[in-house]
Amino acid sequence: MSSLLIKNGHLIDPGAGVEGAKDILLKDGRVAEIAGAGKIKPNGSEVIDAKGLTVAPGLIDIHVHLREPGQGHKETIESGTAAAAAGGFTSVAAMPNTTPVNDTPDVTRWMQSPDRGAHIRVFPIGAATRGSKGEAINDFAALKAAGVVAVTDDGHPILKDGIMRETLAAAARVGLSVIQHAEDTRMTQGCSMNAGPTAFKLGLRGMPPEAESSLVERDIRLVQELRDARVHLHVAHTSTAAAVAAVRQARRNGLRVTCEVAPHHFLLTEEHVGMYSTHAKMNPPLRSAADRDAMIEGILDGVVDAIATDHAPHAVHEKEVEFERAPNGITGLETALGLCLRWLHKEWKLPLGRVLSLLSAQPAALLGLKGRGTLAVGSFADVVIFDPNAEWTYRVSETKSRSRNTPFDGWAMQGKVRWTISEGKIAYVSE
Amino acid sequence: MNATATPVRRNLKHPDAPATPFPYNTGSLLSVNDLSVDAVSHLLKRATALEEMDPAERDRLFFKRRVALLFYESSTRTRTSFELAAKALGADTTLVSNLSSSIEKGETLKDTGLTLRALGAEAIILRHNSSGAPWLLEESTHLPVLNAGDGMHEHPTQALLDLRTILQHLRPKAKAVAEDTLAGVTVSIVGDILHSRVARSNMLLLPRLGARVVVCGPAPLLPEIASTEGPGIEIERNFEAAIAKSDVVMMLRIQAERLAGLQLDLDQYKAEYQLTVKRLAQFAPKAVVMHPGPIIRGLELTADVADGPQSAILQQVKNGVAIRMAVVERALTAKGGQA
Ligand SMILES: [Zn+2]
Repeated sequence: MSSLLIKNGHLIDPGAGVEGAKDILLKDGRVAEIAGAGKIKPNGSEVIDAKGLTVAPGLIDIHVHLREPGQGHKETIESGTAAAAAGGFTSVAAMPNTTPVNDTPDVTRWMQSPDRGAHIRVFPIGAATRGSKGEAINDFAALKAAGVVAVTDDGHPILKDGIMRETLAAAARVGLSVIQHAEDTRMTQGCSMNAGPTAFKLGLRGMPPEAESSLVERDIRLVQELRDARVHLHVAHTSTAAAVAAVRQARRNGLRVTCEVAPHHFLLTEEHVGMYSTHAKMNPPLRSAADRDAMIEGILDGVVDAIATDHAPHAVHEKEVEFERAPNGITGLETALGLCLRWLHKEWKLPLGRVLSLLSAQPAALLGLKGRGTLAVGSFADVVIFDPNAEWTYRVSETKSRSRNTPFDGWAMQGKVRWTISEGKIAYVSE
Repeated sequence: MNATATPVRRNLKHPDAPATPFPYNTGSLLSVNDLSVDAVSHLLKRATALEEMDPAERDRLFFKRRVALLFYESSTRTRTSFELAAKALGADTTLVSNLSSSIEKGETLKDTGLTLRALGAEAIILRHNSSGAPWLLEESTHLPVLNAGDGMHEHPTQALLDLRTILQHLRPKAKAVAEDTLAGVTVSIVGDILHSRVARSNMLLLPRLGARVVVCGPAPLLPEIASTEGPGIEIERNFEAAIAKSDVVMMLRIQAERLAGLQLDLDQYKAEYQLTVKRLAQFAPKAVVMHPGPIIRGLELTADVADGPQSAILQQVKNGVAIRMAVVERALTAKGGQA
């Protein structure tokens, strides 16, 4: 069958604790062999010479909006995964706030059908409640059997105490994580950015940070009360210092509570809204400098378990409206690695292995994606090969996404993806 | 990086916020911050010159030039004022309101702006209920855009006409304004600061000319964060203490349409913040009383205060036309392009 030899690369596999000059042989979609550089003979395999390049487990983004079914003008599974592959990702977990909402095995299966033309692996996340309305819990066993890897009502919180408790318990029984979009929407009606001096200046209603942290604290309390080691709460797109502090404390108390941070929340602040730039409008919003600093601190000290982009494409015309009317979200799949290497690694000195772990091994572990996020022999042949020293400028005009809503157009990036290999097949090659 | 056990406050470099590309057109007036003090001074001079000019001569200045008024909120005062100002300069005006069919049918602000430009509009005066809308319109059309009030954000021509009114009372001999023209002057702005674009524009403009601005109101209508709007701003919760130290008292209307569920006890509000003849006589017998309108007699101020000798409310209205002539002139003489 098909085989691919990646030779002379610098392998970094943080999950397996491997780093060094290695050859890697991929066969039939799996990692077949790893040996010292120059040790594996091609024997008819296709060969990639990775000299001077870093070879790592393909990146995993556990929070993307691929917009299919139903919103193909923003993104399709095909276009979204093309953007993901260009960004070095080999797996993405797709949020269920599609049209219809992914609250049934049918939608879950439809998303995974080969007809969708995905370039990399898509793991659907199921809706926690019917229509993500926060009222009636879905059949988690059936969703899991169809392929979902977690449940959430992302875009909305699971607000009611009783429903959230039941969701955590029911998901735990079938071995699924619950991902919470932590926003107490009773505090955010009519709001379009973070509460604070910038919102006052711009005459916009602001979302208080407590809208996030109070719900995280409530959820942690529920996890504690359930006293079931299988319960796993994952906090999506954490953006406030208080929420990170709550997660840190929950972990000290031995609870299975994890969190992710998006690049925009560790890089940008509410000031980046500028004069009403809708490319700086997302939910949770860009926060204060102190919150941004807390995201960096949480990443550096390890309480943050994953970098996830919250890739949220919207068509140009949807964002070219009054700030308060514009939809929330920015794209992120093509810029995540370049920003993480430029800032987390180069500027803030987080070791490369830890950056890569936050983008692969840890998110894989978090959602229990077996055989992903590592290049140990027998794992899926999901690989990213990048030039760690290349500096380049992101141009949204060249995006593979259907949408262009990014604040990072024209930004300096570090580390250029050369090849992305998904289950042994080349999903992306740079020109 | 040091190796202490406790988390350290790291001194890290971060990406800078991008520079603003606004205004795209040098004739635009989106925010009072678009104007240097010199530019403010120039506008005030032009307002006087245009006001004093022979109407027949003035009518030829911008004869048949096209100015569009785009109003997404009902407004009598500001719309009429801008319209009279543009017409007094000889320009043709056309009004498009939110009751117009294209807007009712859901046309976007961008498309309405591009349509007006294609119809020959050379400047657009925009009133909009959404903060920031003038920036979107300017970016979309690159025409001179005059902000006639955007949401809770700004109302720059109101601040300019307020400044002209204040100068007429307190600095009648001033021929020009500079950073210290209003040194020693205290202006209190009272009432619903949170929802007021008039308050924000005045809070940004008046301190730049040396004035001290005191904002006064109950916490739900005046959050502490208001003091961060700019330098020279302080909060005084006690109404009588605020007006006692003020040369100018600017009263604001409670914006019922923007309260968004906020419950307010109006009787208590009146007891604490209503400007009455008695309070005026006792605490601010010399202060100039101003109000951007529309006034609600018997709520934020009593009828006898509105009609009383200290009231400059109608003078403000008159100044509005002069200021707007100057602002329209600036828009129609702009060379365009980046400011
Ligand atoms: Zn979310």
